[in-house]
Amino acid sequence: MSIVNHQSSIINRLQLWSLKKSVWVFHVNTGACNNCDIEIVNLLTPKFDVERFGIKLVGSPRHADALLVTGVGTRQAAKCLQEVYRQTAKPCVVFCMGACACGTGIFEGAYHVAGPVDNIIREVDPNAIIAYVPGCPPKPQAMIMGVVKALSALQPKEKYATERVGQTVVADPG
Amino acid sequence: MKEPLRKSVLAVGPFHPLQEEMEFFQLTVEGEKVTDINVRLSYNHRGIEKLSETLQFDQVPYLVSRVCGICSASHPLAYVQAVEEIAAVKPPERALYVRTIINELERIHSHLLWVGLAGHFIGYDTVFMWAWKYREPVLDLLEEITGNRNNYGNVKVGGCREDIPDELKPKILQELDQIEKKTEMLTKAVLDDPVLHARLKGVGILKKEDGIKYAVTGPTARGSGIAIDVRHDDPYAAYADLDWKVISQPEGDVFAKAVVRLLETFESIKMVRQALAKLPKGPVAVDVKEIPPGEGCGHAEAPRGETFHYVRSDGGNRPVRHKIRAPSYVNVPSFKASCIGADIADVTLTLAAVDPCYSCTERIAVVDGHNAVIHDDEELLRLSREKTARIRKDLGAPEMKLEGL
Amino acid sequence: MQQNELDRQLSQIRDRLTGIDRKADNRIFLPCESEHVYEVCRFLFSELGLRFVISTGIDAQDCFEVLHHFSDDESGCVVTVKAFIRDREVPELDSITPLIPGAEWIEREMHDLLGIRFRNHPNLQRLILADDWPEGVYPLRKEVQT
Repeated sequence: MSIVNHQSSIINRLQLWSLKKSVWVFHVNTGACNNCDIEIVNLLTPKFDVERFGIKLVGSPRHADALLVTGVGTRQAAKCLQEVYRQTAKPCVVFCMGACACGTGIFEGAYHVAGPVDNIIREVDPNAIIAYVPGCPPKPQAMIMGVVKALSALQPKEKYATERVGQTVVADPG
Repeated sequence: MKEPLRKSVLAVGPFHPLQEEMEFFQLTVEGEKVTDINVRLSYNHRGIEKLSETLQFDQVPYLVSRVCGICSASHPLAYVQAVEEIAAVKPPERALYVRTIINELERIHSHLLWVGLAGHFIGYDTVFMWAWKYREPVLDLLEEITGNRNNYGNVKVGGCREDIPDELKPKILQELDQIEKKTEMLTKAVLDDPVLHARLKGVGILKKEDGIKYAVTGPTARGSGIAIDVRHDDPYAAYADLDWKVISQPEGDVFAKAVVRLLETFESIKMVRQALAKLPKGPVAVDVKEIPPGEGCGHAEAPRGETFHYVRSDGGNRPVRHKIRAPSYVNVPSFKASCIGADIADVTLTLAAVDPCYSCTERIAVVDGHNAVIHDDEELLRLSREKTARIRKDLGAPEMKLEGL
Repeated sequence: MQQNELDRQLSQIRDRLTGIDRKADNRIFLPCESEHVYEVCRFLFSELGLRFVISTGIDAQDCFEVLHHFSDDESGCVVTVKAFIRDREVPELDSITPLIPGAEWIEREMHDLLGIRFRNHPNLQRLILADDWPEGVYPLRKEVQT
């Protein structure tokens, strides 16, 4: 159930609150060179340590609040990505990490590319919440900033939340 | 009457929590032993070789640097060397040294990355955290020199795009001293740990003759007694001017490959120090006006093994054909030789020991399991860690000595 | 082995080649017609002990070329066998995988991307193109645009 139909109901507010309180993320590589993926794993290591913000990498999309998607979305990977999105509990935020996920990057026009990622996701859910974190790769600081910015934009308190929902939030790599 | 052993198929992937890329290995097992492996690649295939033909020669380094994030210095280097062969161009001495320094810094952080991942696979998350913590200063150095932690964009046909400013030398040397100290402590902790000896020795053995048949390279080969290294065999950049040794171990198991990578890290630190001391003055690039018709082969020793590029030119602005072969392309299939007959609990570790970079290989596998019992994907990680826990218990649960880290 | 020794050894298979092209101290190209490719590779791999590196398939407009690259690690020389497949309608070549298991993937890749069939290949199935990639479309052929 996409958040675009969010009503001011207690259940939806609780869902959003839990989304903000601690974010469990599932990492999906749809055909990436690995740089973004390694920087994502770097987030867990002592220098960046995102676990102190409650951000946790989980092993299954069913437990995830957010998908960290890297890669161009190759032809073979596209259907897998859609399947993962379907399995992910809603509400969820799809983070397009890196230039490839944001818009195929340097691989534009390559014959095996079916992306970018937002097109692939919107095929199954036109109202999907998608956030873009550009960079090649985005630095870990930019990724953290992107996650925080996107989740802050989803505050139920603010009146414009339902209007902002369905829009894209661009994180400045800084 | 004993029940016949049931053949079952373990599907690993496509989203394996241990690996960063999607992959699909279909393992056929009987009881606890692997009897066959099938690999389907495709998830990571982007079509880079074809894309290269649409780019100009001087645009291609940016493309190939993104073939693989962690070999992102070796791919463009092998490519420009192939083109420099066609054009009969020799970069200036200083450029050769700068290329060497960047490539060795990459090797240091790549090997530390591997040590961390291997630690994670067997349940030593402290090793994972420390190894990845100590690769950060190397990434910061690379960012100061080239502008990016990864994807350096540092080489071009004819030399380098950027120089290493002399003012940066003291800082690089200082960081290297720290990294060397920490790597020494990590190495000692790993090599002295009885649990790791028991867990890694004799596991995933790749015999020398199989290594040759599968044409393996890099630490995968050197860990099986095949002492090949492009930096030594067909020297490029400034390697012929530096004093260093090729590290190899004969046993062929995961422990041997770990030793090779750890000791190579020290050789890399040595090489960067020497290269900085001997860095000649002068420009870092020569102008290259055109690429005549011809063909060239360029290879470089990436952290995972030999990266090989073949380029053909017809005198125009773009390559007519550009073949990219990353080391994992030949290393990963050797998994068949090292894994058949192995315990399921050792399979992921054995695969990790070739340090596979699927994006280099441009693929990740998918195999359908027909009529097969599919186990949970996380099962293999759990089995691997459980095996380590059992070994620790048998040895009286000694703690790993990580003082000073 | 040293340069002179390598040259001397290669002269043993001179009759299977259409030339020996020494481009540099460390680069040799051995053009041959497609029917001799297995024999030449067997000589380089089994008798001279050269390491197999990789193969490159090329759509060269009037023919297909398959380059098998080998390395003599002792001298650092890259020896490339260049096989010409003259029949563009039905491009076929003997597989070297029975001899060198490490060649299995690259021959499957050349089959996917160029449509070259490798005779006696133990497992010539699709390797890198997506399951739904159309049959008969070979991306590395010149007629296919990006």
